[in-house]
Amino acid sequence: MEFVFILFIPMILAMIIPIFYKKIPGIHTGWVVLIAPVVLFIYYCTYVPSISVGQTFTSQFNWIPSLDIAVVSYLDGLSLLFSLLITGIGTLVVFYSIFYLDRTREKLHLFYVYLLLFMTAMLGVVQSDHMITLYMFWELTSISSFLLIGYWYKRERSRYGALKSMMITVFGGLMMFAAFLMLAEIGGTYSIRELIANANGMIESQLYLWALFLLLLGAFTKSAQFPFYIWLPDAMEAPTPVSAYLHSATMVKAGLYLVARFTPIFAFSEYWVWTVTSVGLFTMLWASFFAVKQTDLKGILAFSTVSQLGLIMSLLGAASFAFHVENPAETIFKYAAFAAIFHLINHATFKGSLFMVAGIIDHEAGTRDIRKLGGLMSVMPISFTIAFIGTFSMAGIPPFNGFLSKEMFLTSILSIQEFSSFSMNQYFYLFLAIAWIGSIFTFVYSMYFVFHTFIGKRHQDLLPKQPHEAPIGMLIAPAILAVLVVVIFFIPNIIGDTFIKPAVIAIQPFLYTSPEEVPIHVAAWHGFKMEFWLTVGVIAIGFILFKLIPKWRRVYELVPDSVSLNAMYNLIMAFFETGVNKISSSYMRGSIRHYLHYMFYGFIVLVIGTLFLTNAFVLDITKLSPIHLYEVILILVLFAGTLTILLAKSRLTSIIALGAVGYTVALFFVIFKAPDLALTQLVIETVSVALFLLAFYHLPKLNRHEKRIRFRIHNAIVAFGVGVTVTLVALAAQSQKFVSSISSYYKETVYKEAGGENMVNVILVDYRGFDTLFEIAVLAIASLGIIGMIKLRLTKKKGEKPVENK
Amino acid sequence: MEILMSFVIGFLFMAAVYLMLSRSLLRIIIGTAVLSHGAHLLLLTMGGFGGDAPPVLQHGETSYVDPLPQALILTAIVISFGVTAFFLVLAYRSYQELETDNMNLLRGIDEDD
Repeated sequence: MEFVFILFIPMILAMIIPIFYKKIPGIHTGWVVLIAPVVLFIYYCTYVPSISVGQTFTSQFNWIPSLDIAVVSYLDGLSLLFSLLITGIGTLVVFYSIFYLDRTREKLHLFYVYLLLFMTAMLGVVQSDHMITLYMFWELTSISSFLLIGYWYKRERSRYGALKSMMITVFGGLMMFAAFLMLAEIGGTYSIRELIANANGMIESQLYLWALFLLLLGAFTKSAQFPFYIWLPDAMEAPTPVSAYLHSATMVKAGLYLVARFTPIFAFSEYWVWTVTSVGLFTMLWASFFAVKQTDLKGILAFSTVSQLGLIMSLLGAASFAFHVENPAETIFKYAAFAAIFHLINHATFKGSLFMVAGIIDHEAGTRDIRKLGGLMSVMPISFTIAFIGTFSMAGIPPFNGFLSKEMFLTSILSIQEFSSFSMNQYFYLFLAIAWIGSIFTFVYSMYFVFHTFIGKRHQDLLPKQPHEAPIGMLIAPAILAVLVVVIFFIPNIIGDTFIKPAVIAIQPFLYTSPEEVPIHVAAWHGFKMEFWLTVGVIAIGFILFKLIPKWRRVYELVPDSVSLNAMYNLIMAFFETGVNKISSSYMRGSIRHYLHYMFYGFIVLVIGTLFLTNAFVLDITKLSPIHLYEVILILVLFAGTLTILLAKSRLTSIIALGAVGYTVALFFVIFKAPDLALTQLVIETVSVALFLLAFYHLPKLNRHEKRIRFRIHNAIVAFGVGVTVTLVALAAQSQKFVSSISSYYKETVYKEAGGENMVNVILVDYRGFDTLFEIAVLAIASLGIIGMIKLRLTKKKGEKPVENK
Repeated sequence: MEILMSFVIGFLFMAAVYLMLSRSLLRIIIGTAVLSHGAHLLLLTMGGFGGDAPPVLQHGETSYVDPLPQALILTAIVISFGVTAFFLVLAYRSYQELETDNMNLLRGIDEDD
């Protein structure tokens, strides 16, 4: 079987989950759900040996062959690593959620359906080689994440957070889609592998830079980079397993995956290198600084996630510097890509466990507010151990895996100094300072997280519950992750050789051809070099800052909430809601006169503009027919009649004058030799005037004050403009007859073919009989409509004001 | 003659538009009636005024007026009559129900938006 279908196992399981939930209420639905990630994890593990030696696998399902759209599953080092993270952490999260979510109180089937949908979507994102299907899965992650954040949909904050994340990530997704279309236009293929293979020539295209920045917008919104990180803290309203899974380990890394995957295409541009590195570093500093401001445990973790994602992003940027140097394998840049992937794994392990610990505290102590917590170490020793390992790893302290990747991060940033061709030197110290200060604040918030929760005095009066250790089932998943944190520290090179090196070739395919060539050996100790002293500085200054938190915390109050990025987001949303409403209500006034004005102005401008811009106005006076006296008299009568309609004070006079105009038109028909028209016009004008009079006579007497039309200069201008336009069109059309009429055919054949002598009548019932048929239909419909209006009075009831009917 | 008729038609259109922009429903319908007169005359004028005889076969006659625009106008007259009659009854009914024919007062209720 093609392994592309393996992707859809969670989705298929999602279809039957509600049945399980309804039919077998005694068992927690999570146990059934657990099958999917476990099976997938084992399945993807079987690929590890072959991929770690540099093999790749593809599997294809032709979805829309005529449009060249296929679901292509491509497994190489990078996508296998992500697939293992998704299914591995997925297993632990589902296991954790079995103990976290109450079987009787929660709508479990909804939760697990969304979660399984998300799992398929995420696997699709990391394995898709086809850009269109990559986009499809990408949006599916946005949608399932939206559903999961809004899981407790009765809470206002959940709905707000869900909507916000949806707006931001879907905005980025659409931008990314545009980038994909441009890439397909430049490269002539939707396949990412084929694009990478001919990436060299693409930089010359004009669309290249557009595609680059639009793609980065997609990656930055999804991975919560500055300034798009604002959705992530609000997404913490989701249930904690969701936060642990989506918002620390998997979905937010989709943007990192995207950057890593497209590095071989875009890293040839300096813009890519600079944007990715500097946005990543700035995000890291910004978010680590604001993490200390948070009082909610998950809030701290959210900002910490943003900061760590920024760190990984900047490493990916530093890795793409390698595309610009002569012999990158020899230089120290080789570290950056490795460090990025390494830290990505480490972050998934320790952040997942920390989120789960935050969930446990919420579950057992009843609050996540760090101001109410403290001194939980004695009652929750296991949770404390796990949290301790997680935070110390996050802070970058040995013997935990975060230390190794943080050292490599510093090495990579230091290596930028070697890079002279970009006139880097003046920026180098700035980069180093940002990275270093960011690391210090990372240390501070890590300590803040663990010590303010577990050490110190317990405020029993503030806690809603009597805290106690969590059930064993809830502790298993975070404990496994914490064990991994330590294990990875001691065996980094095994992880490096099996998982990271194959991923590095995917990011830097031009430098190495097989994983063995990647010349990196991770060592926990590499002498008294610059990195060491920087780490010592981080710990020393971080410790001092941590001790002094109460003293400098007032810094955060200097910047009021009203100028924050959240406030800006709210302003933008409010602008679109009220501002657009204002704009539309400024011209949609509900008055028919306004709309008629718009239409007539449009008519005048368009027609006169076209006439004169295309030089279509020509006046030809050679083919005119002569003017007779009686025609002039009729014209004068017509003028008089029309003026009377306009100026009459009484409407009765207007109606009579309208009759006069109609009869004059009939006389025109007579002198222009149209006997049938004259007959019809006379009869119909008579009936119309009778109808007008009838309607007028039966009008109720209320407020029927006879008034002249009030003269309005604006109306007069519009009317004059329309009159002039029509005259100009008539003159121009009259002067330019290019083709002779087809009427000669009618004139010749009216008797021979149709057996009639009156040409108009024969045209009406023979040559063009269909017109007449439907004109009869029009009359029938009009008369039926009139009967309906007169006879049917459904809305009018006694005692009810007729105006109010809707 | 055609140029003169073009101006007449322009004048009819102008009057019709002016009437349609007024506040009274009845005047708007009068405006549409005037507009249809203008359109019919425009059709006839654009067909041209050449030809000596009306379009009915006569012995020995060769130069007939173009019959096609006349057929078109005949259709248009009937249709505009049907529509005008419908509008008039509509105006009559709305006057009965809503007790006004002032277009400024005929507005949707805000809750309908």
